[in-house]
Amino acid sequence: MKAIYTWSAILVIVFASVVGDVLLARAMRQVGDVGALRRRSGLGVVIGRTLGNPYFLFGVMAMAVAFFSLLFALSWGDVSLVAPAAASLTFIGNAVAARIFLHEKVDRRRWIAASLVAAGVALLAG
Amino acid sequence: MNFRKYLVLAGVTVFAAAGDSMLSHGMKQTGSISVHHLQGAIFAVLNPWVAIGILLLLAFFATYMTALSWADLTYVLPATSLGYVLLALVARFVLHEHVSPLRWLGIALITGGVGFIAGGPSLTEHSHAKGDDTSQEARAMADAAKSALLAKDARNGAPTGVRS
Repeated sequence: MKAIYTWSAILVIVFASVVGDVLLARAMRQVGDVGALRRRSGLGVVIGRTLGNPYFLFGVMAMAVAFFSLLFALSWGDVSLVAPAAASLTFIGNAVAARIFLHEKVDRRRWIAASLVAAGVALLAG
Repeated sequence: MNFRKYLVLAGVTVFAAAGDSMLSHGMKQTGSISVHHLQGAIFAVLNPWVAIGILLLLAFFATYMTALSWADLTYVLPATSLGYVLLALVARFVLHEHVSPLRWLGIALITGGVGFIAGGPSLTEHSHAKGDDTSQEARAMADAAKSALLAKDARNGAPTGVRS
């Protein structure tokens, strides 16, 4: 029973962090190259434009949900299961979501890299 | 990708790893926080290690957002995972802890994965967007044109309308 709780919490973590990452990436794509923008209009404009972007605010909220689900998951399961499972599933989920929602060209090179990194994280944190 | 951008990516890696380890070091000193005693989280912030950890994670967030403004999510994310490798290397060579063979394999996989990504383009070129990395698009167009010429007769195989 506890395993079901733990795995549901892990799935919530993965879902929330993927949603958060995609929203944050989309927000920053709209803001544009931060370095160039800062040289042109100053740091205040960069910060204002980022914080004023609705995608950014929702992204931060999704990240907060992911963080609190992590706390819950850690209270039900071992850190040696929760942390690597959540991290490596998030890598795979992000590759899929970036392709669908951000229209990034996730070619074979990036698929292989995402799988290698996910496997590596699982081994390292386990 | 220029030197400044690689520096930002290095910042993403280092700030994430340093912030996480400061935070976990501080939280071990303050003790665990239960869901029923969330006020413990407020006192945890008073611990200097936790405070430094939070500052470092804010720096991580700023560099991460900067990187996402000019690179793909699937390009930046593997860079964050290099932090795990960094932590394992610090554990082995600075703290002289034992690192198991399985963890070395994990290090090798992550490093290999990041190397794979770093060899490719950092940003997907959309037809309406103009980025600083046009060589990829030019190469793709050249490849498409070449295969079109090979596949068809030279008369109807002119690469008009070939667009990546």
